[in-house]
Amino acid sequence: MTDPTTEIVEQCRVLYEDLSFTAVKQWKERTGGRAVGFMPVYAPRELIHAAGMLPVGIMGGGENLEIIKGDAYFQSYICHIPRSTIELGVTGRLDCLDGMLFPAICDVIRNLSGMWQMLFKDKLVRYLDFPQEFTAGIGGAFYRHELEGLLQQLSALSKVTVTPERLRQSIALYNENRRVIAKLYDTRAKTPEKVPTYELYLVMRASNVLPVEEHTALVERYLAAAAKRDRKPLDNARVVVTGAFCEQPPIALIRALEASGCYVVDDDWVLGARYLLGDVKLGDDPLTELANAYLGDTVETASRYEPRRKKGAFLIDSVKKYGAEGVVFCAPSFCDPALLERPMLVEALNKAGVPHTSFNYAENTSQYHVFKEQTGTFADSIKLWGAA
Amino acid sequence: MLLQKKMIAGHFDRLANTAKTGEKAVYTFVPGNLNELIWAFDLLPVHPEINALQSAMRKQSGDYVLEAEKAGHSEDVCTYVKSDIGMMRKGNIGPTGQRLPEPSLLLLSYTGCFTFMKWFELLKQEYNCPVVMLHVPYQADGRITPEMRKYVVKQLKEVVIPKLEEISGKKYDEDKLRAMLASSARSEDDLVAVWDAAKQKPSPIDAYFGGVYYIGPIFTAFRGTKECESYYRTLRAEVEQRAKQGLGPVTPDGKVHQEKYRLVVEGPPNWTSFREFWEMFYAEGAVCVSSTYTRVGGLYEQGFRHDPEHPLESLADYCMGCYTNRNLPSRVDLIAKQIEDFQADGFVVNSIKSCNSFSAGQLLMMKEIEKRTGRAGGFIESDLVDPRYFSAANIKNRLESYFQMLEARS
Repeated sequence: MTDPTTEIVEQCRVLYEDLSFTAVKQWKERTGGRAVGFMPVYAPRELIHAAGMLPVGIMGGGENLEIIKGDAYFQSYICHIPRSTIELGVTGRLDCLDGMLFPAICDVIRNLSGMWQMLFKDKLVRYLDFPQEFTAGIGGAFYRHELEGLLQQLSALSKVTVTPERLRQSIALYNENRRVIAKLYDTRAKTPEKVPTYELYLVMRASNVLPVEEHTALVERYLAAAAKRDRKPLDNARVVVTGAFCEQPPIALIRALEASGCYVVDDDWVLGARYLLGDVKLGDDPLTELANAYLGDTVETASRYEPRRKKGAFLIDSVKKYGAEGVVFCAPSFCDPALLERPMLVEALNKAGVPHTSFNYAENTSQYHVFKEQTGTFADSIKLWGAA
Repeated sequence: MLLQKKMIAGHFDRLANTAKTGEKAVYTFVPGNLNELIWAFDLLPVHPEINALQSAMRKQSGDYVLEAEKAGHSEDVCTYVKSDIGMMRKGNIGPTGQRLPEPSLLLLSYTGCFTFMKWFELLKQEYNCPVVMLHVPYQADGRITPEMRKYVVKQLKEVVIPKLEEISGKKYDEDKLRAMLASSARSEDDLVAVWDAAKQKPSPIDAYFGGVYYIGPIFTAFRGTKECESYYRTLRAEVEQRAKQGLGPVTPDGKVHQEKYRLVVEGPPNWTSFREFWEMFYAEGAVCVSSTYTRVGGLYEQGFRHDPEHPLESLADYCMGCYTNRNLPSRVDLIAKQIEDFQADGFVVNSIKSCNSFSAGQLLMMKEIEKRTGRAGGFIESDLVDPRYFSAANIKNRLESYFQMLEARS
């Protein structure tokens, strides 16, 4: 009998592997609209959508892109995602994008925005400066102004006037998308045998190139199909994977992790799609509502200052919520945010008695045995002794 | 140089004696620092980058970095951070051999460097002390907008100043701050005159290796103080006198007798082998006539001065104006202008492994600067305070080849 998810996963795999962004080109041809790319972690896609354009998540070139020109732009000690992104840009693969947004996440992505300004002078290039001060009157006011400026630029690019009503409609669609993604994550945590992580990952990656309405429908179809699976749970260790919020791990690494005896029950890849934890309110001033949502109920991640809670509290909450037995720190080499964050999270986990293991990867890593052995041993130690 | 060393030693003495004097220390970062504001509350500024680089110059940072790595810090990340963490774990003995006080406050002025945020988050865990965040927006479009200024001023008024009042137990005294800002502006005038002196041939100063001594007081704990003013008055007089006499820069091995190549340098220096690194330049007659590292604490030659008439707005502009808070096209403009203004024969990029804020994008910047100025760029790699990443032979080789190329072009 054919696995009920096969067709959907295959569709997502094709989208994931297509470094020519055919889906984006087809959307443009179909609608006559424009497309705007954004880098990790989070971008307010609602604004792009409301301006009648397609938001396109750009997460580097992954394991399938041969870097020919990109390495000449970066020193060896800089992570891999900017070099593959430059490779995509200078080889014309991103010509289908009419603009690029660079969210404030680290110095490398910040400076990449300047490189883009120099290399692609005819495109819209915008650095998104998120507030690190989280009161409505200070950080909120600043961020609302940033959003307003961005919306003006997007609107000028698409020649679509964005009314509050139009923006509210976009927000409503993304709220729906976030809800269905939350359901996907909850379902995986409850029944990981039915929702393998590599499939979940591909479904999430599809959100980078599909219109939000189509992605929401795709997730719903996937959930319905996965529910039909008749699989028994394995005696795997339940783990949370953290540190992969920007440069993404190769899909084969995710599979190796699962094959080593781990059920991933939470992760932080493609994090922008679920950065806001609740619905954005559909109030009178949708820009203020988007700003308030950013200030309030979001994930905690390394690029965001957390003045209120102890470091690691969010990770420990996730461990508890999803019934995880351990944490796998899985970060890209030379990723300042993830690697500087790691010792603080390790300390928090140690205090909470949560076992953990760590490794680094690059998006084009091609040897997985070491990772598999490491996470396999970690899973075994959890299962055999209850702690690593 | 002697005066400057004396000032820094005096400050470390003062820090070492806080247990007796009851003075409180505020840790903060160099770029875009709020030195005058900290002093206005009679608090003592401590700059962890300065501790790290001073430790490196005294050959102590290697052990500190290893100590931090043993404690789980990645090999891949900033060595300033690891030197600081290692120093703290080994008893927080500062570069002068005296114990540094624990911070009463971590003033996280988040300017031009993402790592600053992680650094103070790490210190917060170590010291368990309060942190106040001042988020400084990036000049992504090469300018400061009124909204950006408003955001920083609001944070100063509503978050930073109340916290400083709480820690110091003193009320905010704007007149005291104004007086210090006026003093800062006078020192800034003198520093600009020192930089301008390098436009002369031969240059009376080395504006990179010598330059790091010249920026010491104004970028760290002294800006806004009488001592600082006096230092820059003296420095300016000395440099102008040397210029009048047609003298070249002074190096650790004496005077540079022949200025063979005039260079602009992009990027911070290596601190662990600072003297050896400098020698590679002056031994070949290469004089650095301008540099970007000496602008991390402010681009005064573009006209910025701390302004007592608009104290908080001026602090906000200062924070946003530092070199690494400017976008790459602005950095290219600045270097190209320095090359023209200082009649440089070429420029060298010292690419620092630890510092992505500086380093990411430098190769493209180089290309663009070469295209725009027609002057050749040289490229070397090292690190701030990790001695493992200073490969003298490689750097010397590259520099020698570069100088040969300049020679061939002349």
